[in-house]
Amino acid sequence: MAEPTTPTTSALTGSPTGGADVGVAPKRRRYSILTRRDRITMALMVGIPTFLLIAFIWLPTIASFFLSFTNWRGITALTDRNFIGLKNYETLFTQYPFFWPAVWHNVLWLATFVFIATPIGMFLAVLLDREMRGTRIYQSALFIPVVLSLAIVGFIWEQMYTSQGFINSVLGHTSSNTAIDFLGNPALNIWAVLVAAGWRHVGYVMVLYLAGLKSVDPTLREAAAIDGANARQTFFRVIFPVMKPINIVIVVITVIESLRAFDIAYIINRGKNGLELLSILITNNSLSEASLIGFGSAIAVVLLVISLVPIVIFLTRTMREDTT
Amino acid sequence: MAEPIRVDPVSRRTVLKGIAGAAGLLSIPAIIAACSSTPAGSTGASAPAASSGAGASAPAASSGGSTAAGTVHIGSNHSDPGEKKGMEAVNAAFTTATGIAVVMNTVDHNTFQDQITNYLGATPDTNYTWFSGFRMKFFAEQGLSIPIDDVWATVKSNYTPGFANAVVGNDGKVYGIPVDYYPWAVFYRKSVFAAKGYTIPATWDDLITLSKKMQTDGLTPIAFGDKDGWPAMGTFDILNLRMNGYDFHVALMAGKEKWTDPKVTAVFQKWAEIVPYHAKDYAGLTWQQAADTLVQKKSGMYLLGLFVSAQFAATNDPADIADLDFFAFPGLGTQYDAEKALDAPIDTWQIAAKSPNLATETDAAKAYLEHWSKGATQLLMFQNQPGLIPTATDTDTSSYSALQKKAAEIVSAAQKITQFLDRDTRSDFAGSNGMQSFLQKFLANPTQDLTAYQKSIQDFWDQLPPLT
Repeated sequence: MAEPTTPTTSALTGSPTGGADVGVAPKRRRYSILTRRDRITMALMVGIPTFLLIAFIWLPTIASFFLSFTNWRGITALTDRNFIGLKNYETLFTQYPFFWPAVWHNVLWLATFVFIATPIGMFLAVLLDREMRGTRIYQSALFIPVVLSLAIVGFIWEQMYTSQGFINSVLGHTSSNTAIDFLGNPALNIWAVLVAAGWRHVGYVMVLYLAGLKSVDPTLREAAAIDGANARQTFFRVIFPVMKPINIVIVVITVIESLRAFDIAYIINRGKNGLELLSILITNNSLSEASLIGFGSAIAVVLLVISLVPIVIFLTRTMREDTT
Repeated sequence: MAEPIRVDPVSRRTVLKGIAGAAGLLSIPAIIAACSSTPAGSTGASAPAASSGAGASAPAASSGGSTAAGTVHIGSNHSDPGEKKGMEAVNAAFTTATGIAVVMNTVDHNTFQDQITNYLGATPDTNYTWFSGFRMKFFAEQGLSIPIDDVWATVKSNYTPGFANAVVGNDGKVYGIPVDYYPWAVFYRKSVFAAKGYTIPATWDDLITLSKKMQTDGLTPIAFGDKDGWPAMGTFDILNLRMNGYDFHVALMAGKEKWTDPKVTAVFQKWAEIVPYHAKDYAGLTWQQAADTLVQKKSGMYLLGLFVSAQFAATNDPADIADLDFFAFPGLGTQYDAEKALDAPIDTWQIAAKSPNLATETDAAKAYLEHWSKGATQLLMFQNQPGLIPTATDTDTSSYSALQKKAAEIVSAAQKITQFLDRDTRSDFAGSNGMQSFLQKFLANPTQDLTAYQKSIQDFWDQLPPLT
């Protein structure tokens, strides 16, 4: 309270310093290209996103990191006694029997998407781009799964997979002894889930890639044809390199989709019995009745570190290319 | 009478609060889970039935100048259609009797459980449904539930000592009113047993012989559905109770005995003997789907809670539910057979310490608990959900079916009653990626190296944070 009153009194008493300030300020403004209004606008435009970024991304991230060193349960106040150092990580890496399976399943998810689902989606896009008869019908059919939410996708495939479900009926396995236990067999259910997730991902990649293909300058194809390139050479030597921006988007989306894998496995059995995923371990530990917030945060930090790897690679590559 | 404006007990604000409370409880995974596990999936807001009923009766109450009149907010996990109807009947009866309006916030059963810690720690409803046992004691100890000894003093004459023990916290105070329970037993269809000439197994060997016979008859001997993870706990409980007795079981649940104990090994070895007779596709089935195989006469027996009767009632053929019967799990020839111990989980109503309305609603909330302690109230719920048996001694049992009478008898015959593995031990131990997953790991490979397996369970227990 004292500070704001001091300049006012000095101004009232006609203090030279106070007067000088008032006199100089408008002079300086002349040198600035920005008006006062511009500056407020800029402050708001920078300030609000910065605030949102800090409030919704940086603070929760730092908080998780901080909580991962505690055994806090979210009920009582956090005290010194809650700090247990690296014990959560130690348990996670050496004891907790569901952590490594979860990491492995996430890796499997990523590999399946990168090596199977994404190439199939790109292949379908190339086929559809050839304007064959009924393109639109195929296009819609393949895109429908993307319109459905993952929760719905989970439901649909759950009905297909149950021991009395569609697939077993078609295969003639009607008794519960002969039925293939797609959802319950821990060696099989992750693949069943990957088929369901891949089914959706193929459509997603296809639409993105198709949009990219449509925007490729047709003269490039013509030129390639005149030079005597066959269809295969045209695609791999000409079209594919031209599509680089789209390819990067697709890689990024594939990685993101794999790391945030959650919904389908959670719907099927809450991520147990062969369907462990890092995201589900976080949920089951920190958000459920268990309320092991510290332990859940440690898993979240591990997932963050794993996610940072592709992000850092991606960012350094794009930035390096921009500068050269 | 002089101030008619103050008469309306349900203001727009209280209704909005109820809705906000309901919304706060929801999260995206919760919605997904709600949709997948129960067809009812009702993640509802405040009950319109309760507030509309209040309009008529509230003025009368306020003219009488009763201090209890007003509103009470309740959080209910009774999301199945029948239970929801039962809740509405109970609330309407309460409003008629006391003039207190009830604002009910119904949350899907599994979601309610998952969110309970956040719910009780934030802005819970004043009354809430919960379970007795370790789970009740835990929240009492954390100061999230308030003691209700004064209510208990007036209603305890209506309860047997078994129920009275079940609602006492670690500090000796009473924290909940028991309102219903259901026993776990082995269910079967009388017609199937009669047609095939099966007899009720009295010993373990009988059970194995019967299972083999059922297998040759083309039946799945023991129906089983463990997709949700918890049903397998019922089998562990009963085997441990029969083989090692109540005291060991309770000590194990409390962490005073070790999971690496050879006594526990024996339980898993025993269990491994009947795993071949379980439904093969158990891991992908919910309990409802497994129960349906019993309904459809594809399987012979099913160890589950009395709530299995809901699947028999759902066929809308009274012959199905009349055909359902059960027997107590056979004795294993140990000294503990005589205990006749079984899982009979008790549901309670409690008062949340952090309810924002606690100051104004304490009297109403206590009146609500008193209301629930009456047999007549519990019957209203029971009529809509016959799988939940009333706890009050003054309940009129004339409307009980033979099955329900038998269920009440088997519980009163038991010398020791446990709640259920996930209600008797810490929730962070019993959860999805805890004991549920461990039991599934056992079932996937019952002949695995049990020493290493049991050590992994004990290690998991040991690393859990201290409770207080």
